[in-house]
Amino acid sequence: MKRASVTRLDRRTFLAGTAVVSVLPLSAARATPEAMAAAIREVVGGKTIREERVTLDLPPLIENGSTVPLTVSVDSPMTEADYVKAIHVFNEKNPQPHVFDARLSPLNGKAAISTRIKLGDSQKLVAIVETSKGEFFSASADVIVTLAACLEDII
Amino acid sequence: MTNVLINAPKTAKKGEVVEFKTLILHPMETGFRAGTNGRTIPRNIIERFVATWNGKEIFRMEFSPAIAANPFVSFFAVAGESGKITFRWTGDEGFAVEESVTIAVA
Repeated sequence: MKRASVTRLDRRTFLAGTAVVSVLPLSAARATPEAMAAAIREVVGGKTIREERVTLDLPPLIENGSTVPLTVSVDSPMTEADYVKAIHVFNEKNPQPHVFDARLSPLNGKAAISTRIKLGDSQKLVAIVETSKGEFFSASADVIVTLAACLEDII
Repeated sequence: MTNVLINAPKTAKKGEVVEFKTLILHPMETGFRAGTNGRTIPRNIIERFVATWNGKEIFRMEFSPAIAANPFVSFFAVAGESGKITFRWTGDEGFAVEESVTIAVA
């Protein structure tokens, strides 16, 4: 009786060990919430980010992560005195934390851009907006991805 | 070039905010995928998209591998003067494509 419980424990530790080993190489190649935070810090510096004025629009449930429509719009007058200088989008779990950096000016008239992106997993996306006054605004969105990008068959 | 699609108005009123929609054919290979032989397929992406209105830059975007294949970008611009809007995509392996549209501003 005693002996049986010992072997069961051994098997369990063994299985746990192999699980860790097989997961490690994958996780090493991925962006993490920490990597995203570091990438955001690089853009923002030590300034405060306020969660307002920005709309990050993408479907909450994504069937195919290979093409995900994404729109970022900012409530800004877009005048010489006050305009959106840059829009950055970051992700948590793709191989790299960056998605895109866009540069705008008063010539745009309206601070809204759309594109299509790839998502490797269910995760959180963050849009960071820098204005000409040096202020930073943000918006975030959580999405569920059922079929990840990068996994489709290569012919 | 036939591998670019641009949706832009042909005419606009002065001061009007117009939308430009662009689409370009490109695989946007991330450099993180393995091919059938098990080797990683080298990265091949468009890195930069720049739009100019009569030579003056109006929009710029830096792509990462997380931009989907056949990149689509839409943005707005104030119609200032009649002229040529040029879109330029540059990227890995010497990729460079330029496409222009003309707009009449009244």
